[in-house]
Amino acid sequence: MSKRKILIVDDEPNIVMSLEYAFKKKEFEVFVARDGTEALDIAEKQVPDIILLDIMMPQMDGYETLRLLRETEKLKRVKVVFLTAKSKVSDMEKGLQMGADGYMTKPFSVKKVVKEVEEMIH
Amino acid sequence: MSNYLLILIIVAYLLLLFAIAFFAERNKGSKWVKNPYIYVLSLSVYCTAWTYYGSVGIASESGISFLAIYLGPVIALPLWMVLMRKIIRISRQQKISSIADFIALRYGNNRSLGALVTITCLMSVIPYIALQLKAVSETFELMTLKNGYVSKGILDDSTFYISLLIAVFVAFFGTRSSDATRHKKGILATVAMESVLKLVFFLVIGCYVVFYLFDGTGDLYRQVSQSENFQRLSSFGGIEEGFNWLFAICLSFVAIFLLPRQFHVAVVENEDEKYLKKAVWLFPLYLLLFNIFVIFIAWAGNIRLPPNVNHDYYSLLLPLQEGHVALTVMVFLGGFSAVLSMIVVSTLALSTMVSNSIIIPYGFIKTLVSGNPEENAKRIKTIRRMAIFILIVAAYIFYIKFSVQLSLYAIGLISFVIISQLGPSFFFGLFWRRGTALAAQIGIGLGLLVAIYTLFSPAIASAINPGTTLDSDGLFGMSWLRPSQLFGLDYLSPVSNAFLWSISSNLFVFVTVSVSSKGNYRERNYAEMFVNYENYENLQEGAFIWKGEAYVTDIKGLLNRFLGEQRTNRAMEIFNRKYNIAPNVETADARLINFSEKLLTGSLGSTSAKILLSSVSKEKPISLVAVLNILEETKEAKANNKLLRDKSDELSAMAEQLRMANAELLDLDKQKDEFLDTVAHELKTPITSIKAASEVLEDEEMPKELRKQFLENIGRDTERLAILIHNILDLEKLSGNRAALHIAPREINTTIRNAILGIQQIAMKRNVVINFIAGDSVKAMYDEDRILQVLTNLLSNSLKFTEEQRGVISISVDEHGDNICVTVVDNGRGIPNEEHKYIFDKFYQSKNQNIKKPQGSGFGLAICRQIMESHNGAIWADDTYSKGARFLFTLPKAI
Repeated sequence: MSKRKILIVDDEPNIVMSLEYAFKKKEFEVFVARDGTEALDIAEKQVPDIILLDIMMPQMDGYETLRLLRETEKLKRVKVVFLTAKSKVSDMEKGLQMGADGYMTKPFSVKKVVKEVEEMIH
Repeated sequence: MSNYLLILIIVAYLLLLFAIAFFAERNKGSKWVKNPYIYVLSLSVYCTAWTYYGSVGIASESGISFLAIYLGPVIALPLWMVLMRKIIRISRQQKISSIADFIALRYGNNRSLGALVTITCLMSVIPYIALQLKAVSETFELMTLKNGYVSKGILDDSTFYISLLIAVFVAFFGTRSSDATRHKKGILATVAMESVLKLVFFLVIGCYVVFYLFDGTGDLYRQVSQSENFQRLSSFGGIEEGFNWLFAICLSFVAIFLLPRQFHVAVVENEDEKYLKKAVWLFPLYLLLFNIFVIFIAWAGNIRLPPNVNHDYYSLLLPLQEGHVALTVMVFLGGFSAVLSMIVVSTLALSTMVSNSIIIPYGFIKTLVSGNPEENAKRIKTIRRMAIFILIVAAYIFYIKFSVQLSLYAIGLISFVIISQLGPSFFFGLFWRRGTALAAQIGIGLGLLVAIYTLFSPAIASAINPGTTLDSDGLFGMSWLRPSQLFGLDYLSPVSNAFLWSISSNLFVFVTVSVSSKGNYRERNYAEMFVNYENYENLQEGAFIWKGEAYVTDIKGLLNRFLGEQRTNRAMEIFNRKYNIAPNVETADARLINFSEKLLTGSLGSTSAKILLSSVSKEKPISLVAVLNILEETKEAKANNKLLRDKSDELSAMAEQLRMANAELLDLDKQKDEFLDTVAHELKTPITSIKAASEVLEDEEMPKELRKQFLENIGRDTERLAILIHNILDLEKLSGNRAALHIAPREINTTIRNAILGIQQIAMKRNVVINFIAGDSVKAMYDEDRILQVLTNLLSNSLKFTEEQRGVISISVDEHGDNICVTVVDNGRGIPNEEHKYIFDKFYQSKNQNIKKPQGSGFGLAICRQIMESHNGAIWADDTYSKGARFLFTLPKAI
């Protein structure tokens, strides 16, 4: 069985660093992107099993990235979890409505994120 | 010159006028026919044969007194403009077609008053027309026979045939429509044409006399000043003459409003109020031009012509004597034009009055009620045509019987005195509500009697019984009743005397009777509509008060008879739409009665219209008090309406203000939400980072190197958090003006140097040059720490956006009046145009940064702005600078 692939999209390197460490520990193949454009590039090449997506990013925000992901044929079924500081119920509803598979707010627990992700792509 | 040749010329001229009239009727909308100049020229119908010939006669005998009757209109014109606008608007509103209609309607649509006004006009105008005929006839004789041929009977008299031709012309073009308020373009065009001709021809003869017969005005003056009675001809002549002047001016002042022909051209034929503006200066100019040469022609005639000729015709006789026949014919045609235009307009106006105010209301109304529309229109036209012929024939008879002894000037003035009797009821009626129909009738009646007694009785008495001493001894031998010197005022001319006494008695009676009698409700109603026409202009039919019973079908039937079914239906449709009335309503209200009255007024005159409508409706009398109350209510309702409108405007303005205030609050609220969102995001980011790092650090298998890295991250994020919190608090403090600033006079060069020192290390590391050359000491008012903060911020921004090795940052200081200005320029990427608006906003981070992850809180420039504002200074970025970024800030200078 090949390695599970995860793409982490966030513009905060320190946050990415912790997540990257935790997922590698769980035998994930980890890819990192700093914004939406980069994320789309990598996703198209690697076709990850799951994408952790920040919303507030420079250039292209998370919503727009998700929309474009869903428009791409081979990325349609990739699981996407929003990982964001936007904690309002309305933001969450919007995210889920747009087709996200999960919505977790910052500050998060790394363990919980890992557990959630593992359950999702089981 | 041959009799027949002249007649041929006259006929040719009339044919030309027919052609012009036809052309104008065909091209009603053309700008040749419809323009203010035609209007002004048609006003010049004021200048008749009296002006053309009579002025010269007067000037040759009594000097410049002929000018008085032109001064009146000139003085009147500015006032005329104001009054005319009111008169024109009322007339249009009420569909008035003559002065008789106007006065009768003002006094409650009074039938007998209308008739009296018409009779007054007839008394005034028929002699006046006779005067014109006299001029034609006499000039005709002068032209054709030098040895005084006198016609032996009517059929032998060319004047009679000329009169008939004129009557045909008026009847043809004046009665094309049965609606008398329709504009008569054809006639107006010919009148304008005639006005041009008479002026041009008179000016030509004037020039001929002055510059051909004499050697300019100087030569003429030299010659005439040697004559014996020159003194009298060129001076005013004492206080008595002054009174005569005054009265003549008053007379002509009144006449310019009241003469039926003037009322007709100025009011009934007016198409556009704006024409008045042209008239107000063009008409006096016309009169001035007409009078320039009068005195010179008179002098020339006195010098060159034998004293026994008729002085009135100097302008004709002078070229005739020289044998210049063509010129003589031209002068004759000019005079004929003056005559023609006067007769045409006068008979047109009078025929409308005679038919609408006398013949139809007193005789034909029953016949008309039973007729069908075509028959009625035909009958009305026939009545008017008959009236035209009767008038001209009457004038001809008057001319044959009476005018042999009288001069043109004398008949003209008598005519003015008679028409001036309408003055009190006309002018007071425009401004004074109390005037009543009874008072107007008695006033006009008495004025006429006095005028007749003072003007005509001597002539009539001597005609009946030659040798009577009425004029020298007075009535019943009482000397104070001498007609031409009533009450012993012996220095006035007969005409001034007649004017003074007739108009004073008229005015006195009018005012006393009006004050002591109460008018009926109808009079009061119309008084209100005329005096305060502005109030009712918008109300239109709503201002008319009427109570009673009437059925729409009856009224429609009546309208059918006069307007025809098609026009009636159209009118009813307009009426119903205007007042939002359902077409199946059976009973008529006051508005319909008034509306129908106005419709009929155009064809029949207001009096007949009223009679007709009262025949199909049962009017209930209303008390005067009730009318006044209703009028008051209408006015009040209007005022209340206005008040309500104002209030509603006010309210909507207030609502708008509230809406805007609300929008502003919402906007602020939204801004605050956004701010909190951003703050939360900014705070959560380092917290998340710290939390995540501390979690993964639990892993005991983590290599030492990595562990160290995570721990360092935690340290940096904590610091970042601390700065963030500090900045937020700082900004809040600054924007709430709670920050304690230590503002004092300080040396800006020192502060700049300190700022550079603080950042020098990083700059050197990146190999970026910072240029600053301190000039003379410049002191400004500021808080050292805060301005240092601003400078540091600007410098570190510049560092962030400039390239390593190549970056250059320059700082300079200028003085601008009471301020100093510090400029920080770099050669970095500059600020994208679309970002200029936002860079000073909180949390705004440029997308254009060199370093991948934006560093800093996004608070820097926002804080700078707050700081500068609290220093009464300003900070901005120069959006015209393209070679990098250029920031400037100002501070007040230290005094």
